[in-house]
Amino acid sequence: MSGTVLRHIHYMPEGVVFMAKNILEMRNITKEFPGVRALDQVNFQVQEGEIHGLVGENGAGKSTLIKILGGVHSYGKYSGDIVLGEQIQKFSGISASEKQGISIIYQELALIPEMSVYENIFLGHEIERNGIVNWNETRIRAIDMLKKVKLDVHPNTKIVDLGVGKQQLIEIAKALSKEVKLLILDEPTAALNNDDSENLLQLLKELKLHGVTCILISHKLKEVISVADTVTVLRDGKTVHTMKKELSEINERDIIKHMVGREIEDVFPKRSNKNFGEVQLEVKNWTAFDKKLGRNVVQDVDFNVRSGEIVGIAGLMGAGRTEFAHSIFGNFKGYQLSGDIQIQGEKVNMKSPRNAIKNGLAYVSEDRKGNGLILETDVKQNITLANLKQISSAKIINKNEEIKVAEKFRKSLRIKTPSIEQKVKNLSGGNQQKVAIAKWLFSEPNILILDEPTRGIDVGAKQEIYTIMNNLVSQGLCVIMISSELPEVLGMSDRVYVMAEGKMIGQLPIGEATQEKIMSMATV
Amino acid sequence: MSSISNKIDKIIPKSIKENIRDYGMYIALAVIILIFNYLTQGLFLTPRVISDLFNMTGYIAVLAVGMTLIIVIRHIDLSVGFIAGFLGALAAILSSRFGLPIWLIIPIVMSAGAIIGMGNGFIVANLGVPAFVVTLAGMLVFRGALIRITKSQTIFTGNDAFNAIGNGYIPDIANIDGVHLLTIIFGIIGIVLFTYFEARNRQKQLAYSLKVSTMPLFIAKILFVSTVIMYFVWKLASFRGLSWTVLIVALVVGIYHFITKHTTLGRHIYAVGGNPEAAELSGISVKFTTHIVFASMTMLAALSGILFTARLQSASPTAGTLFELDAIAAAYVGGVSASGGVGKVTGSIIGALVMASLTKGMDLMVVGVSYQYMIKGLILVAAVVFDVRTRNMKSKRI
Ligand SMILES: Nc1ncnc2c1ncn2[C@@H]1O[C@H](COP(=O)(O)OP(=O)(O)OP(=O)(O)O)[C@@H](O)[C@H]1O
Ligand SMILES: [Mg+2]
Repeated sequence: MSGTVLRHIHYMPEGVVFMAKNILEMRNITKEFPGVRALDQVNFQVQEGEIHGLVGENGAGKSTLIKILGGVHSYGKYSGDIVLGEQIQKFSGISASEKQGISIIYQELALIPEMSVYENIFLGHEIERNGIVNWNETRIRAIDMLKKVKLDVHPNTKIVDLGVGKQQLIEIAKALSKEVKLLILDEPTAALNNDDSENLLQLLKELKLHGVTCILISHKLKEVISVADTVTVLRDGKTVHTMKKELSEINERDIIKHMVGREIEDVFPKRSNKNFGEVQLEVKNWTAFDKKLGRNVVQDVDFNVRSGEIVGIAGLMGAGRTEFAHSIFGNFKGYQLSGDIQIQGEKVNMKSPRNAIKNGLAYVSEDRKGNGLILETDVKQNITLANLKQISSAKIINKNEEIKVAEKFRKSLRIKTPSIEQKVKNLSGGNQQKVAIAKWLFSEPNILILDEPTRGIDVGAKQEIYTIMNNLVSQGLCVIMISSELPEVLGMSDRVYVMAEGKMIGQLPIGEATQEKIMSMATV
Repeated sequence: MSSISNKIDKIIPKSIKENIRDYGMYIALAVIILIFNYLTQGLFLTPRVISDLFNMTGYIAVLAVGMTLIIVIRHIDLSVGFIAGFLGALAAILSSRFGLPIWLIIPIVMSAGAIIGMGNGFIVANLGVPAFVVTLAGMLVFRGALIRITKSQTIFTGNDAFNAIGNGYIPDIANIDGVHLLTIIFGIIGIVLFTYFEARNRQKQLAYSLKVSTMPLFIAKILFVSTVIMYFVWKLASFRGLSWTVLIVALVVGIYHFITKHTTLGRHIYAVGGNPEAAELSGISVKFTTHIVFASMTMLAALSGILFTARLQSASPTAGTLFELDAIAAAYVGGVSASGGVGKVTGSIIGALVMASLTKGMDLMVVGVSYQYMIKGLILVAAVVFDVRTRNMKSKRI
């Protein structure tokens, strides 16, 4: 057994000799799932006190690597060694890993929505004596933790009542309350808007000053570059490259090149001939009242989209964009509606998503796990679910046709899965998103609503999705794209609407839209 | 620890391990039958006992089929026991007092069942009352209704054709040496159909260049299943042949198996169970699906009631007591998942057979009723533990 001391000496550019100790070393890690080798002899080193960016395409193995580190895939289910503080670790489970000061914030948030902030922060490691929880102490400590993450909410607030950005900070507070030494975040900013992301990154830098080492997984390369001291690139389950800030090696171009194995010239592919036709969907005076919240989530919205057009809807988190989409897509949440909705100039009354689909609408949800996909079923059944009619006669499903359809989408969207019989829950996050998009493309919509279509998706796949969008509109479809990524909105849309507090603040032709203009409209 | 699991990996081929949940129930049933057969010195596997085993499972089996789908969509139905009792009594009255023929009684009573079920489904799906509460209320209501309709007395059906459904056997074309020929013919038809569909399926999978089992393995499977079918058919044939009950249950299972596997409705049911929100957004009406599943449940409860009444040749004011719990147990033993979206109707039938085999076997061994209940309770927990464990194994390792 090799328990050697691992010390590397780096010469700083200034010539200062600096002893950097590896807090973590993962050696020759291999992990196989049936049909996939998710990790193949991965070597990965993290130095004490640094922020380490871990990047790679969807399905490259990032989440798997940290799940091994976190004891989710316990000792014996992978090969290779985890060396932590000079000792080989054999984690039997999550708690064994936590005991060593490792805390992971997973891609899927793990908070209990109906519980309060303080209960959540200490969930699983309650402050107790003889099994009796000391709630006063808990509340006081929770307030401390909230201060540390600079979050100004009352500890009694329920998680459901917080936005995603704040929930993310609660996750970090939870990690901090466990005396974390190594904090790992798997795509923490995927669902956050610019301000919240900025906030979170700032927090990471501060934690670094307090000696917390941090591994950051993200598809937002700019963020990684802005905070990371070291960046490791994974590709197809192998470590392909490591870059150091102190050697000025970190830049976006190189990261992308190593991630995808080729250079990507233009993330936003250009459309050659723009050809706008008739107005396909028109909404007037549209108001949606949420009975549960007791207020209008959408108010007096006028909106339209023409065939051949990509319309972007920008705005901050909570601006009512998703609610607007829900309300026009068959009013799935049961709002009280008023106003007119017309499809191809005809007034329609879409009472259910079923009805909306019949009218040619499709909605790719922002929340693919919550209400986009059936995780327990396989890829092919998910793809065909919204249009079973197409592959069945007399209500009887033609399974062969189903396989054909699913294979077609697997190829055209390059969904990375060992087979179309794989359960969707076993796919990487980005590939799940592709399945969700495939599902709606198969319903052959006339108006496609994409809600945060590239959340958690790697650059290469992003470009593929943009290309698909371009192809669709050049066939005369309309695309409505809700997005919090301003570069994406600016890069892809023909027209931009800006929403804030449930209202359409205004619209900008793409020629006049800039980040600054949109932001100033969004923050009225 | 890992070396052990590595060894297990080597011994058990992957395909079997992946399907352990599917095969597990069949293996458990076989083991239970063999153990009882050994303990009763071969009494268990005699034609009379086998025939009786199948017949006594009938009315719970049809309930278990309906309950499977209810649990798949994350609900529960506690009312079906007394609904079966009530509708069984209704059938007995239609037969004895109004003299209706059985072929008319069955559709009338089953329609009545479906309508009651729609009521349940409506309250659950449209008014948002938890199914547990709605059907608990239904249980009370129909318990009362049963006492009312029977006036606290046993009602005899007074009709041989009616009673035949629960006790009778299909007629024979020719009886050779005490062996029921038509039963044998049905058995052979069953095997031919099974082989045909399996082969066709394999052909298709090959045409789509999917993974299939090797030819010898495939033939071995066909031979094995055929032998098992033929064995039981032979047992039935050398008693009095196929009973109407078994025929009806087979028909119900066949239809439900087809619906769940091959139709859009079946797909919708599993989608609703797997993730109701995603299903709704995919254009599936969760309400409609819930109505259908509840209606189907009580429709089958009606059938169950008829079978039970026919079996006892009468309706009693306590008929149906605890049927619902037997059906729920059968479904769980048969591998339905409480978290929704997972479970097969064929599994639940095997579950029902497992529970019935336990009862039958322990009766033959003259085990006291008190022990029987305790043992069955333990078996139920064990089955679900097995289910949960294998599921975890799957998600961790695969
Ligand atoms: N439980 C599982 N069963 C089967 N395959 C799995 C499982 N978990 C992950 N995989 C596979 O392992 C590979 C790596 O997945 P992983 O989730 O680590 O990717 P990732 O780099 O985190 O991607 P993303 O950026 O999309 O989140 C993928 O091909 C995925 O399909
Ligand atoms: Mg991931």
